[in-house]
Amino acid sequence: MAEDFNWAIGGEAGDGIDSTGKIFAQALSRAGRHVFTSKDFASRIRGGYTAYKVRTSVDDIQSVVDRLDLLVALTQRTIDENLDELHENSAIIYDGERSWEAEIPDEMYAVDVPLKSLAEEAGGAIMRNVVALGAACELADFPIENLDESLEKRFGDKGEKIVENNKEAARLGKQYVQDEYGTLSTEDFDFELETTDADYVLLNGDEAIGMGAIAAGCRFYAGYPITPATDVMEYLKGRIEHFGGQVVQAEDELSAINMALGAARAGARSMTATSGPGIDLMTETFGLVATSETPLVIADVMRSGPSTGMPTKQEQGDLNMALYGGHGEIPRFVLAPTTIDECFWKTVEAFNLAEKYQLPVYLLADLSLAVTEQTFAPEAFDMDAVEVERGKVVDDAEIEAWLDEEGRFTPHAATEDGISPRAFPGTVDGAHMSTGLEHNELGRRTEDTDVRMEQVEKRQRKVDTAIEREDWNVREYGNPDADTLVVSWGSNEGALVEALETLEANDVDVRVLSVPYIYPRPDLSEDVAAANQTIVVECNATGQFADLVEHDVLERVDRVNKYDGVRFKADELAVDIEAAMEEA
Amino acid sequence: MSSEVKFTDFKSDKQPTWCPGCGDFGTMNGMMKALAETGNSPDDTFVVAGIGCSGKIGTYMHSYALHGVHGRALPVGTGVKLANPDLEVMVAGGDGDGYSIGAGHFVHAVRRNVDMTYVVMDNRIYGLTKGQASPTSRSDFETSTTPEGPQQPPVNPLALAFASGASFIAQSFSSDALRHQEIVQAAIEHDGFGFVNVFSPCVTFNDVDTYDYFRDSLVDLEEEGHDPTDRDAAKEKILEADKEYMGVIWQDEDATSYEATHGVDANMSEIPDGAPDGAMDLVREFY
Repeated sequence: MAEDFNWAIGGEAGDGIDSTGKIFAQALSRAGRHVFTSKDFASRIRGGYTAYKVRTSVDDIQSVVDRLDLLVALTQRTIDENLDELHENSAIIYDGERSWEAEIPDEMYAVDVPLKSLAEEAGGAIMRNVVALGAACELADFPIENLDESLEKRFGDKGEKIVENNKEAARLGKQYVQDEYGTLSTEDFDFELETTDADYVLLNGDEAIGMGAIAAGCRFYAGYPITPATDVMEYLKGRIEHFGGQVVQAEDELSAINMALGAARAGARSMTATSGPGIDLMTETFGLVATSETPLVIADVMRSGPSTGMPTKQEQGDLNMALYGGHGEIPRFVLAPTTIDECFWKTVEAFNLAEKYQLPVYLLADLSLAVTEQTFAPEAFDMDAVEVERGKVVDDAEIEAWLDEEGRFTPHAATEDGISPRAFPGTVDGAHMSTGLEHNELGRRTEDTDVRMEQVEKRQRKVDTAIEREDWNVREYGNPDADTLVVSWGSNEGALVEALETLEANDVDVRVLSVPYIYPRPDLSEDVAAANQTIVVECNATGQFADLVEHDVLERVDRVNKYDGVRFKADELAVDIEAAMEEA
Repeated sequence: MSSEVKFTDFKSDKQPTWCPGCGDFGTMNGMMKALAETGNSPDDTFVVAGIGCSGKIGTYMHSYALHGVHGRALPVGTGVKLANPDLEVMVAGGDGDGYSIGAGHFVHAVRRNVDMTYVVMDNRIYGLTKGQASPTSRSDFETSTTPEGPQQPPVNPLALAFASGASFIAQSFSSDALRHQEIVQAAIEHDGFGFVNVFSPCVTFNDVDTYDYFRDSLVDLEEEGHDPTDRDAAKEKILEADKEYMGVIWQDEDATSYEATHGVDANMSEIPDGAPDGAMDLVREFY
């Protein structure tokens, strides 16, 4: 059967689903296999259905699919919730000794393992999930030794005894399955998860954003906990301090962005991250950041909205807000990473752009990027390739050139490229005030019509400069000569790239452009003009990016939208694209 | 450098547009004198201001400064100070800015105890929007939006600060130049969050809380022999709602600043021109 193997563990929140899934994912990654994980979770701490899914292959994988080969079900609901993805040769591990009687469709392989009893035998019922992992290793023919390091990493803090007990629990699970079911080697279920020598790292998008921030020299982070952005703060806390930085948990998002603004004014590379509701609160200060020309990176890890929406579900619904949010006209950049490794690189780029052009930069990520983990070669995060460009910072020696005839520093000098000098506090003769009021070159309030226009034009001019100087590129896949153009932004790229294989197999030829920049963005007019049909794929109902493309190219485009709260899956997307092509 | 700094170095060449006789003139002068007296220079000082008449102070003083959005000056000051602890950070606001829209930030800034000075110009009215009730307005104070008075008790900023765990609480009067300067100076010198509520009369819209009123009613705690390090005595003074006090009311000399607790000592504006040394370890963690 296919080398591509899909495994999941599901139960109630609080059952240790997450850590069990992660142990397995890490074991696979360490064994040199590609891994892509996804999570089903509810906005509650205990109870309710939750699942951790792991897709693995020796080949590179970048998305989830609609198939589940092996399910560890701690509750009946886990089986029911996943019936769509289970197929007739799926195997389900469950504990027949538990109080619920598993209803497993006849055609599937029911693997009854006394998880609790075996865990108790190994030293404690709490290890029942690890027993299930051992059983899964046997069924998927994955060397159980690979679990050991993951167990050490997970339980090492708790002492050697706990680690040994867990290893024993896994072995008991494996042994039980071997004794009772063989390796379940049937014609249709004969997985053999081979290992390779490859070295992979396994991380999610929030972690990649945090790592990118430290690499780029970000030293100040203020935030307020919110799903699904909190992992950025949790990652930075305890790490950024090693590099001389600070993480502050603010009293609210209003405070968070203002603290970040203050740190940026003091010369720090500074950042905050939140999700849609937090962006709403930050929007007032966002205008001040732009008008005072302060470099700041604001990550919006999107979730389903509006209002509280579905906090644990996927959506790409904040594009318009990132692009237009705030009163007045606010110069800003909006970057949208398309993959987890790009979460790292776009964060680095966001800091450089923010400082080079002295404006706020939105990093528009989404829940799918934030909470799912993927394997990468470590070189994907090559720290030697990180460049730090601070823009027009002037020091004591250089400031003379930027003083007016009365010796006053001109932080908003209306330069040709629109970019003014920047003096960090402490710079001699650089003292100046910044304000959200319209101001002159000195930063002082004005209502003078000419100065108002000069400053508005100056702020816009630096955006024009950036459009001209930077490479607002696009990521391209598929057949460059295909008549059908598929355009995407954000986390859909992985599923699209995989969908291409299915489409190719069906003799469907498409060209895919994945756009990592919302504003400024690459000019797609020639690409659209060259195609017979353009389809824009995004996780929202109204087609916010499709609207932008139509605006740019003055042509109608077709849309594939998904707004049920779940990310695109590769196989599903292939079907949707074919359907959109047939409709045209 | 510090010995050469005069208080006028903190004055900008911009003429204030405050009403003639506004209490904010005296408040600002005392702040500038206190900064100079404590050895700060405009290049190493950062003033953060909110919105309203008080918010204009950043324009009239000469230093690094930010005129922020309404009510959010304290978080800005927090960010500035933590990003560069070498800077002297002074946050100025009004009673509306600090105790109404910014009340949440006030409570948490007090709790956090970052080493900066917070001066609130309390005129018990909204001046710049032309005379509405503020959170410190008396309950029977008639204004355009409260024709019968707010009919709710005023916020007691000192009590709010005390209840939030303040390490330094003082009150001053903009017209008593010398005492005002001394009090702000004590706040600057305090290692932690120095909070000073300044009675800074609005001569245009507030005909109750006037210079004369404060001159007649203010009791100088120093003259009374009050010991600001005596917690019980401080609590008693703070909760005496019908008395107006001037001076340092409470100072916890043993309190630990946020910086000390969190190991804040780096000037974060200095970063390498590539990823920092050891950055590859951040990747290896994900093996």
